Amino acid sequence: MAARPRRRPRVAVWKFASCDGCQLSLLDCEDELLAVAGAVDIAYFPEASSRMGRGPFDLSLVEGSVTTPHDVERIQRVRRLSRYLVTIGACATAGGIQALRNFRDVKEFIGVVYARADYIGTLARSSAISEHVPVDFELRGCPINKRQLLEVVSAFLAGRRPTVPAHSVCVECKLAGTVCVMVAQGTPCLGPVTHAGCGALCPRYRRGCYGCYGPMETPNTAALAAGWQRLGARRPELLRVFRSFNAGAEPFVLESRRHEEG
Amino acid sequence: MGTATRTIQVNYLARVEGEGALYVKVRGGQVQKVQLRIFEPPRFFEAFLRGRAFTEAPDIVARICGICPVAYQMSAVHALEDALGVRVGGALRLLRRLLYCGEWIESHTLHIYMLHAPDFLGYPDAVALARDQPEAVRRGLALKKAGNEIVARLGGREIHPINVRVGGFYRVPSRRELAPLEEQLKWAREAALETVKWVSKFPFPEMALDHELVALRHPEEYPMNEGRLVSTAGLDIAVADFAEHFVEEHVAHSNALHGLRRGGGIYLTGPMARFNLNRTQLPPLVQEAAREAGLDQGCRNPFHSIIVRSLEVLYACDEALRLIAAYEPPEAPAVELPPPAAGAVGHGCTEAPRGSLYHRYVFGPDGTLAEVRIVPPTSQNQRAIEDDLRRLVQARLDLPTERLRHECEQAIRNHDPCISCATHFLRLELDRE
Repeated sequence: MAARPRRRPRVAVWKFASCDGCQLSLLDCEDELLAVAGAVDIAYFPEASSRMGRGPFDLSLVEGSVTTPHDVERIQRVRRLSRYLVTIGACATAGGIQALRNFRDVKEFIGVVYARADYIGTLARSSAISEHVPVDFELRGCPINKRQLLEVVSAFLAGRRPTVPAHSVCVECKLAGTVCVMVAQGTPCLGPVTHAGCGALCPRYRRGCYGCYGPMETPNTAALAAGWQRLGARRPELLRVFRSFNAGAEPFVLESRRHEEG
Repeated sequence: MGTATRTIQVNYLARVEGEGALYVKVRGGQVQKVQLRIFEPPRFFEAFLRGRAFTEAPDIVARICGICPVAYQMSAVHALEDALGVRVGGALRLLRRLLYCGEWIESHTLHIYMLHAPDFLGYPDAVALARDQPEAVRRGLALKKAGNEIVARLGGREIHPINVRVGGFYRVPSRRELAPLEEQLKWAREAALETVKWVSKFPFPEMALDHELVALRHPEEYPMNEGRLVSTAGLDIAVADFAEHFVEEHVAHSNALHGLRRGGGIYLTGPMARFNLNRTQLPPLVQEAAREAGLDQGCRNPFHSIIVRSLEVLYACDEALRLIAAYEPPEAPAVELPPPAAGAVGHGCTEAPRGSLYHRYVFGPDGTLAEVRIVPPTSQNQRAIEDDLRRLVQARLDLPTERLRHECEQAIRNHDPCISCATHFLRLELDRE
């Protein structure tokens, strides 16, 4: 008698406030997509399928940040339905670019974009998923790297930790043999404090890293800010560079506050 | 099942980019209310761009949409260059058009194969479709990859490219770096022709739209980055006059502002509009494919938009090949920019895969951005989509609710709405008692 086939792990993809780019990374795995869909049961992925399966799920990939009262509730339900919960991208991991509201009055923001403030239900802060529920792994990047996404999915389904280095973009530059743009060209670069994962893309295109993968482990942001100042960067610029796609990540919040006016 | 009063409701629209719902209310055999409800949370880009350096705008606005970041970058750089009083031509203009071809190919192919074709063929998704038509789905994936390869090679990566700047690029490719794309694009052009043939045999519901169609028009080429805004009702304006002719309205059921012609008219932007207004600009190869697909006299059935999208993919593959053959690297990767003048205003409108995308920027006294306005295609198309649904439901009230719900969702996907873009989108609720 033939052995009963093993149940395929069930995967869900959830969206909160985001641009959809990180979940699109999964569909951008053109060479691997059908193999992945054969190995796992992509049971809930509304952007790609009208078959919306019910939980529980073995692995939930969560994109986006929490910005509405409804989403505060929804993430609790996602956690309850999921054996493993992995956040994908800067929004889910650090609040995303929309976390810029955390430094301002959200009512003022609503007034700039919308005519009727009373039609908009939104929270004063954009927050990372980990502020609301325990997260099993955070994959960085704005957007995430699709190779790293495949590694994370494979690792969780195999029951091991993903191999995703937490060192800086600098290390990736050295590995790629890219000439340092900051030292050689005097181009300000966030590479020394930014989490690896992109493959040191910007320096390869002769521009400084702008930090879209967020802070590396133990970043020395103050020393880097001083280096930028030696290259002529002034306060408002330093404030802005630490307040972009990972504005809500703690080390970048602290560094940016040091460059506030007044 | 009664047809007099009922509610059709879709609480979470699948296979669209972003979060939306649909609510339709029918009373006494008449469709009373159609609402495309966009509950995607707002992210306030126009607000937090205030006070940022203009040089940061192309990277920031890309994050409005992971599916069409190039469109946001292109509208931004053109608007900002307009404010600075510089023009970017020659090889840099060519490279921007090539980058846009890449995005049209990947975005349209994603929609054709993964989001829309399953509707016509009765599958929940492309993975299920691949079990019965593996060659078709593999062709779609490889075609999408060819588009993504252009974006990745020129832009650094597929999503949120890092190589676009105001004035040009950070680094431009050599001819040799572009050469490997040629082989892939020649294959892609054949695959795109196959795609036109494949989709033009789908079963299409009958429907004719009479919305005013709005798109860019350029004297020498099928529009992407430049041109005047023209319409089927005789509009012909410079991009800078956008605000005089179009308004946005805030409604309670949507976190996306609704675009309207000033005076209240519904209009539609996107591939249907571009094709109907500009098809004579398409090269013979694409015109011939359009003729074989039965669209040589234009196209008014929104369900045929999947054919139009596949014609545009064919065009973008062909155009990309032409551009690569014509490319000679420029002397500098970007033009020099003057300092921003306080109060200077710039407008830009480019053709995103989903339609015209308008940006306007004003510089403040310290050279940072003082005012920003972004009008994405999906906001502009919401009323036209609601209007399509109203007519579809009214004409098919005899259908069972489940079937009607399916057709409504398919009709929404005709316009490839990008809800992430529009909030600055979908659940179907059909309310019939």
